[in-house]
Order: sequence, then structure tokens, then C-alpha cells
Amino acid sequence: MKHLIDPMDFSIEELEDLFQLAEEIVDREDDFRQVCANKILGTLFYEPSTRTRLSFEAAMIRLGGQVIGFSSSTSSSVMKGESIPDTVRTVGSYVDIIAMRHPKEGAPRYASKYSPVPLINAGDGGHQHPTQTLTDLFTIRKLKGKFSNLTIGLCGDLKFGRTVHSLIKAISRYENIKFILISPKELQIPQYIKIEILKQNNIPFMEVEKLEDVIHKLDILYMTRVQKERFFNEEDYIRLKDSYILNKEKLKLAKDDLSVLHPLPRVNEISYEVDEDPRACYFNQVKYGMYVRMALIIKLLGVM
Amino acid sequence: MLYIDSIHRGIVIDHIKAGCGLSIFKYLKLDEADYTVALIMNAPSKKYGKKDLIKIENTIDMDLTILGLIDPNITINIIDDEKIVKKIKLSLPKKVEGLIKCKNPRCVTSEERDIEHKFVLVDEDKGIYKCEYCEQIYTWEE
Repeated sequence: MKHLIDPMDFSIEELEDLFQLAEEIVDREDDFRQVCANKILGTLFYEPSTRTRLSFEAAMIRLGGQVIGFSSSTSSSVMKGESIPDTVRTVGSYVDIIAMRHPKEGAPRYASKYSPVPLINAGDGGHQHPTQTLTDLFTIRKLKGKFSNLTIGLCGDLKFGRTVHSLIKAISRYENIKFILISPKELQIPQYIKIEILKQNNIPFMEVEKLEDVIHKLDILYMTRVQKERFFNEEDYIRLKDSYILNKEKLKLAKDDLSVLHPLPRVNEISYEVDEDPRACYFNQVKYGMYVRMALIIKLLGVM
Repeated sequence: MLYIDSIHRGIVIDHIKAGCGLSIFKYLKLDEADYTVALIMNAPSKKYGKKDLIKIENTIDMDLTILGLIDPNITINIIDDEKIVKKIKLSLPKKVEGLIKCKNPRCVTSEERDIEHKFVLVDEDKGIYKCEYCEQIYTWEE
């Protein structure tokens, strides 16, 4: 039985397999309508996340399966003090696969030790969000047709943004990738990523403070939100939140085939005027996220 | 000068950093042992000036790998027939369970009851461990 806890749980070959299946689903969705008939997905969301939960639910329903679950810890037996092992063992008796979101880091790994069914980490605090990484990778594959020979700009909160850390880790396994890390000094990428991943693998990267200085070099621009909940004080948040905003003006400097991605939801780091630009790909990304979750559910359930 | 008899068969845990002997003694639950045990503190040492050591008589079957985490300079001598038959140089254990606690307030171990704190060695040279759950990094001195 396989779980998905860390984005690195899948080898490059397994990922390729998954993306090929996701591609097939995009092309001939009707052929997959009943693949998960009689299967149930349990969504254990200990903290609210409308977007990820709906994406999982839509994925399962589109495969002909059904969904049960809870969307906050206040509406579950957690309030009565039930432990994670007890909850997953109970829910695992009702369902065929579990998607779990939890505010505490490492909770899905702990849960997977006790789960009788495949378990997917749907986000654990500031730690990992592997299905977002799969979404990002699949989007890049769809848009660029490859993972190699790309210059990828990551912009915004690179310190606390878990999607950025996971994406760097996952994409570093491919060849000839360059990273340009665009952030204020306070929100730079953590040292361990620079040392353990970028330097150890000889991946070229540069750190800059201004988006307009480097936007012309990029094939992919991955924008991130400066997340309020990751800050310990309000003052720092207010000071930094508007630092990096993508607008039409900056986009004029970019290549014609740039793809702008964003894990969403956005606050104001991408102006609405950018949405009309063909290079804005973040809503396609959302859709690809659902398709890749469909492929993931199929793979973990072993129904195809 | 204090004399402790040499042992016929057993274990000598030597070169313990002076002052750490008692915590190792307690960790190994030697105070509850039904065999003869000697804890010697502040013994003269050519290498370190002062050292602690522990002599355990008649028992040679103990898992002592965890001591590497407390002090990797410790040496362990296995004695049989009053001779050293084996010298064990300690290294950092690959996994550490239940001995140290993760300090990350966002880690699942801070909330769940009955969860065992587990750490995995990621860099032996630098003595770096990570929490198996939240992956927070620690050095063994912490």
C-alpha cells in the first residue's frame, strides 16, 4: 500500500507514469467516469481549506466515486479528544482512501502509520503540500512539454512558502534547470535548501530583490502569496505583503512564452489586469490540479 | 587513591566526559541492576584530565549504541577472563527514539498524546538529526 506524504515519495519514473495518466484523463475524461464507482474518499480536514478539499472532492466525484469527511476539527470527534491514530483507523474502516489536511507538521506521516487505506497528505501546516507540487509539475509539463532547460523564477515569500520549497526539491531532479529567487531579504529561501538542494546538486541560482530586473530571463514565473498565518507579528506582515506585485507594466518586459503560475489564493500579488494576458496560467493550473489528483487517486487505489 | 577491582567478565564504559557518568548510569537503569556495578567519577585521564567510567560485572549483552548520542568519545571495552576481548568505538545512532523531544511547537508531537519522538540521522560528520515528523533539524549537542 502506497501513501503520498512527501513530494519526494514518488520517483521520476512514478511521476512520469502519473502525469501520463493525468494527460489521458484530460484528453478523454469520459473514459474515466466510472473508474472509482463504489469507492469512497474520506476527507479529514482538521483545518479549513476550501480549495484543496473541493479539488479532491471534484476529482473523486468525476471518477464516479463518493466522498465523506469533515472540514474543520470543531465539527469532528477531535473536539472530544480523539487521537490521530484512532481517527484514521475508524475512518479507514469506512473509506477506501483518505486525504488529510492538518495544522500540525508531520501529522499525515504519523497518521499513515496507522491507516488501513492509502493516505494522501493534503497539507500539514507550513511543512509539505505534495499534491500542490504534483499540480505545479503537471502544469509545467502541460505548458512547456518538458521539465529540463528551464529558467524558473520564484517570487514573493520564499522563506515560509512550503509550495516553493517542495517545488524546488522536486524539480531539482531534472536536468539543466536554473532558478532565480526573487524576494525581500527577510523572506529569502532557507539556508538548508540552498545548501542541501541547490549547491549539492550544482544547480545554478541567483537571489535578487527586484522582479523587473530579471523577468525577461524567465520561462516560468511562480508567484506566491505573503501568508499572514506564517508570521509571528502583524507589523512584519503589513510591511512586506505588498513588496512583490506583478502587473501589466512588469509583464511587458517578459518573454512572450513566459508562463505565470500561482498556487492560489492570491491576495494582491498579481493585479487583476494580468488575468487577461495569455501568459497568466494560474487558472489552468487549478484545473490541472484536479486532473492530477484524479490520476493520483486512481494510482493509489490501484484501480487501473 | 581509590581502588576498584578489575572485573573478570563484563563491560567497562570508559572515557565518559567527567560529570556525565551519572546520567548514563541512570539512563541504563544500572541502579536497578541485580549485578555488581561501579560508577567512578572524576578519575584521572591522560586524554581528558578527568573522566567518568562505569564497570558492569557479568553482563555483556547490552545495547549501548544510544550512548553515542550522549557522548561519541565514549569507549566500551568488553571483558572476558580479565582481558579486553572487544573494543567498541561509538558512533551516532542512525535512529533515536524516545530519548530527546522535538521542540518545534508546530510539530504533531507537540499535540498528540502517546506519540514517540523519533529522530533520524541525516549527517553523521556534523551530527545532524531531523525529526521524523516535522523534519526540524537538530545537532546532537542540542
